[in-house]
Amino acid sequence: MFWSNVWTVYLKELRDSLRDRRAVISMFVVPTLVMPLLLVVVGTITAKVVRQAQSEASAVALVGGEDSPGVVAALRADPRLRVVTAEADFRRMVAEKRARVAVEFPAGFEAAVAAGEPATVTLHHYEGEMKSGFGVGELERFFRELRERTVAERLARRGLPPELVRPFAIERRNAAPLEKVGGNLVGGIVPYVIILLCFTGAMYPAIDLTAGEKERGTMETLLCSPVDRTALVVGKFLTVLTASLATMACTLGSMTVCILGGGALLLGPAAGARGAPALALDPLGIVGVFVMVLPVAVLFAAVLLAVALFAKNHKEAQTYVSPLVAVIVLPAMMGMLPGVELNAKLALVPILNLTLACKEMLSGVWHWPQLTLIFVSTAVYAAAALGVAVALFKRESVLFRA
Amino acid sequence: MIAARALTKVFHDRKRGEIRAVDGLSFDVAPGRIYGLLGANGAGKTTALRLLATLLRPTTGSATVAGFDVATQPQQVRARVGFLAASTALYGRLTVREMIRYFGRLHGLAEPVLALRLAQLADELELHEFLDRRCDKLSTGMKQRTSIARTLIHDPEVMIFDEPTLGLDVMAARAVVRFVRGCRDRGKTVIYSTHVMAEAQKVCDTIGIIHRGGLAAEGSLAELQARYGETELEEIFVRAVGLEAEPRAM
Repeated sequence: MFWSNVWTVYLKELRDSLRDRRAVISMFVVPTLVMPLLLVVVGTITAKVVRQAQSEASAVALVGGEDSPGVVAALRADPRLRVVTAEADFRRMVAEKRARVAVEFPAGFEAAVAAGEPATVTLHHYEGEMKSGFGVGELERFFRELRERTVAERLARRGLPPELVRPFAIERRNAAPLEKVGGNLVGGIVPYVIILLCFTGAMYPAIDLTAGEKERGTMETLLCSPVDRTALVVGKFLTVLTASLATMACTLGSMTVCILGGGALLLGPAAGARGAPALALDPLGIVGVFVMVLPVAVLFAAVLLAVALFAKNHKEAQTYVSPLVAVIVLPAMMGMLPGVELNAKLALVPILNLTLACKEMLSGVWHWPQLTLIFVSTAVYAAAALGVAVALFKRESVLFRA
Repeated sequence: MIAARALTKVFHDRKRGEIRAVDGLSFDVAPGRIYGLLGANGAGKTTALRLLATLLRPTTGSATVAGFDVATQPQQVRARVGFLAASTALYGRLTVREMIRYFGRLHGLAEPVLALRLAQLADELELHEFLDRRCDKLSTGMKQRTSIARTLIHDPEVMIFDEPTLGLDVMAARAVVRFVRGCRDRGKTVIYSTHVMAEAQKVCDTIGIIHRGGLAAEGSLAELQARYGETELEEIFVRAVGLEAEPRAM
């Protein structure tokens, strides 16, 4: 009888929610269309802007250098650089972004270099500004090559081999499998987005099924029925959980398509720089993420139900529930920080443990004892939260708050 | 059958302190009778009825409804009670049919019984025209008829009406009153709260005047008229709640 009543309540609440436009938008439309669209649009625009900034010749202002015509001519001839006339206040030119970098030559630069005396070229740039950073990169490349040529000439004059100053070479090659690279690149952001949408997907139905019912006067109607209060809560809880999981499934599906299909587009130069298809996620990792998110979704549904149940109306419930977004975002973000790795202690911290586990699973790393600990601990937290929701539902001071 | 004995409900409010919403209320309602709880706003009518419908638990005192104790057997009580109040709304996104069927299922009715009851109620309350219309698209009168069908789907022995005509137009209110009388005629135990004197006068077999949570006077209209020497219920009410002079000696 208990489960038959739970099923009756669940089916009714589900039907009711699916007829609610706002619930449908938060459950299906946002995770399936809006979020990926937003990511693709933002990713495309970012990639385009970065590519354009990279492909443009960097405007550089030359300060001094009149007595160093050779270097100045070489700078002017470099296709990656565009020399602009320097003003007296060249720092202001950089600050106002009219030049990406100002190159300040010391007096007698070429002569000093030819004589083997020390000389310093100063690059004035705009710290943190992307285009200025590209300009500095180009100029450093230019002067590095000039320095290497100078060294090679000096060695040649003395009849010495270039290996004298470059005894060995360094080469960088990726040793990690592609799915691990992909897992590391997106392993932090995927669980973060899923957790956030899992929460927001449950938020609206949780409020509507509790505070919303109180506000509309249907809660009292429902309480007139002879059904055990626990069955009513469990029925409502399952509806909220369904909404949360539907949101998660839609998110996971659309994100997978987005990442696998348009990963390079999203990551733009980061992926392009590696030349190879940089993003390949472990498919088993995606299944693992889905399984590990389950108890978290249960936890969210139960917590939201308990919190929203306490409120008198929709507005009050939103006031209580909205700050919780920050509570779940913080540990999710901490999991994205470099150096924060999964261990036995962190496996007990809800949400943070999931973010860390997802990062590893998407990279193809499976620490079974810690994964079990995460699943079990989160399930215990979820059961406790559901217990609180049931207890609150039996308190008339909560149900009939004036 | 309803029997309330020294029923008391105390609320605790941070600002106002202890509030005795219902204070030692005792009365009986027999099957086939309509007991009217007449009181001003805030007199304790709604709290008293919520106690009988087991939505609230009494602080002290006791009550039995259809032979079951409201404090210890709330589910059995709810299975035998139909509760209709201004605060018991309909699910706006469900159709009338879905709404009534939902509550039928919650009362444990099997599908064939449920179908039969729904057909009967649709005939009696003339619901056919809007049976598949969403509740939020109904007029006030239609909503009230749907609510009545919802309270009756499990054919309860006891009907509790808390200001059922509140906000209704004359025709809809008359229909509700007709329906309440119909319940009495079918042998149901009916308790009916109102603050409208004319309505109480017209509907109730016994009137209990409630004031500050307690029963200030009780009896049939004729008994109250004789006791207070007044013909108008409004005058009787004013005197019973002690706002004017004491009743004349009988």
